[in-house]
Amino acid sequence: MSLISKRKDSVAVVGVGTTDYGALVGHDATSLGIWALRNAAEDAGIDLQDIDGLICQRLTDYQKFVQITNTSPKLVTALPGAGRMTGGTIQIAVQAILSGMLDTVAVVYGNDGRTAGPRYGGQGDNYGTGADEMWFPYGMTSPGAVHSMLFQRHAHMYGTKVEQLGAIAMAFRKHAGLNPAAVMKKPIAMDDYLASRFICEPLRLLDYCLINDGGVAMILTAGDRAKDFKQRPVYVRGVSQVSRLAQGELPDDFGYAAMQRVSKTVREMAEVKREDVDALMIYDNFTPIVIFVLEGFGFCPRGEGGRFVENGTLELGRGRYPTNTNGGHLSESYMQGWNLQAEAVRQLRGGLGTRQVPDAKVVQYLQGGPLSTSIIYATEAS
Amino acid sequence: MNEYIKPLPPIGEQSKPFWNATREGRLQLPRCDHCGTFHTYFEPWCSHCGKEGVHWEELSGRGRIWANCRFHKVYFPGFAPEMPYNVAMVELEEGPRIMTNIVGLPNGTLDEMPIGTEVEAVFERINDDVTLVKFRPVVT
Repeated sequence: MSLISKRKDSVAVVGVGTTDYGALVGHDATSLGIWALRNAAEDAGIDLQDIDGLICQRLTDYQKFVQITNTSPKLVTALPGAGRMTGGTIQIAVQAILSGMLDTVAVVYGNDGRTAGPRYGGQGDNYGTGADEMWFPYGMTSPGAVHSMLFQRHAHMYGTKVEQLGAIAMAFRKHAGLNPAAVMKKPIAMDDYLASRFICEPLRLLDYCLINDGGVAMILTAGDRAKDFKQRPVYVRGVSQVSRLAQGELPDDFGYAAMQRVSKTVREMAEVKREDVDALMIYDNFTPIVIFVLEGFGFCPRGEGGRFVENGTLELGRGRYPTNTNGGHLSESYMQGWNLQAEAVRQLRGGLGTRQVPDAKVVQYLQGGPLSTSIIYATEAS
Repeated sequence: MNEYIKPLPPIGEQSKPFWNATREGRLQLPRCDHCGTFHTYFEPWCSHCGKEGVHWEELSGRGRIWANCRFHKVYFPGFAPEMPYNVAMVELEEGPRIMTNIVGLPNGTLDEMPIGTEVEAVFERINDDVTLVKFRPVVT
């Protein structure tokens, strides 16, 4: 017998579960993960005991998780809480299934960041290589400040304008208004955007994502088993990742080279052309990254991202690439990529009413970095 | 004299020569013995060629603003009295980039310190151990 005895050739998402998003007092990260996984299992029509692989992210107490869910998986692990790890979590699940080692893998995310209150930026946040030595004495800290500086570079090089960031914030807020689960639904106009207070100039409050409590879980299985579950399967057609960690927090090229490599690989895996993509899910912790990602993945020419997002290109019912149709991290909730996976799956299942992308067959998830990632989901296995 | 309440850098064996030099009004960084890459971290390994071994080398202290931003939110209580404050990444003329504050501006706003502005190092003594490297626009 070889190490791998029953290699599979496709993977599908057969269950997706989400919690409420907001201030969820009484739930820690583990509890939120359990809440999400129970919903995912119910969605898939399985018992928790049917799950034979458990990969947690952000919620690190996998022991308590397994005890409380009373499961006996054949693989248990937990990845760190940074949003860059979301793609890798799904990569591991896909690999475990394709190898034939596991049948039904749950990926589970729980985040109590609003009530537990870990801060992004400031003493104790180790974001930034050697930050305590070379950043903190000058008051430099936080991913938001890094994106502010990167935007300034982009504006300097290409003439990108803050109003173009505003167009992104407005588009995603419009989508959130169609999504009952979104935390922020009140529409915003450009004047509102420009009147919102600076956090790290030139970025404003409305350029920043929404820290909340919540959880997301997905259940994945081999494509040949997917039709045995309750829901219409959504296939993972490609998943690819390239690190640009070596370039530090402020890459010269906004992550372009890494994203180009990911883009090529994921589309070859999926056998999908850019023109086949019906909707995008872009990891939007801050508005400028949306522009960098659209350029890096070739949806517009390099330097043109600002102009590309004007005139509703990312808006449902208006633009070619409806993006973050749940409101994204900016307006649904900052679930570090996970609520974007959930939305991709739900769009491909269909039936989302006013926020449904008509006839959606292919949805692509895009994460700019520092672990640049893309996942292509589709209604068909090949 | 008011107590200094902003964050102070931890000074370790590896970084001590950096802070010893700033006390004397000099900017020096570790440079790879093999390929000549300047480092802005304090480890013996080169991120460019992968080899071990660095020596310290003095830089001119001149450069240009490579990126900038201005904090309006208090992340460190010590900065609260001077909100908002600017932070810049300066590209030194020898190539490496370091984080700093730009001083000597009339109002400290971003339009007074655009990307590309020529700057030079100024050394701000904090206490007996720490002297920070800040930059001011070069007056031509």
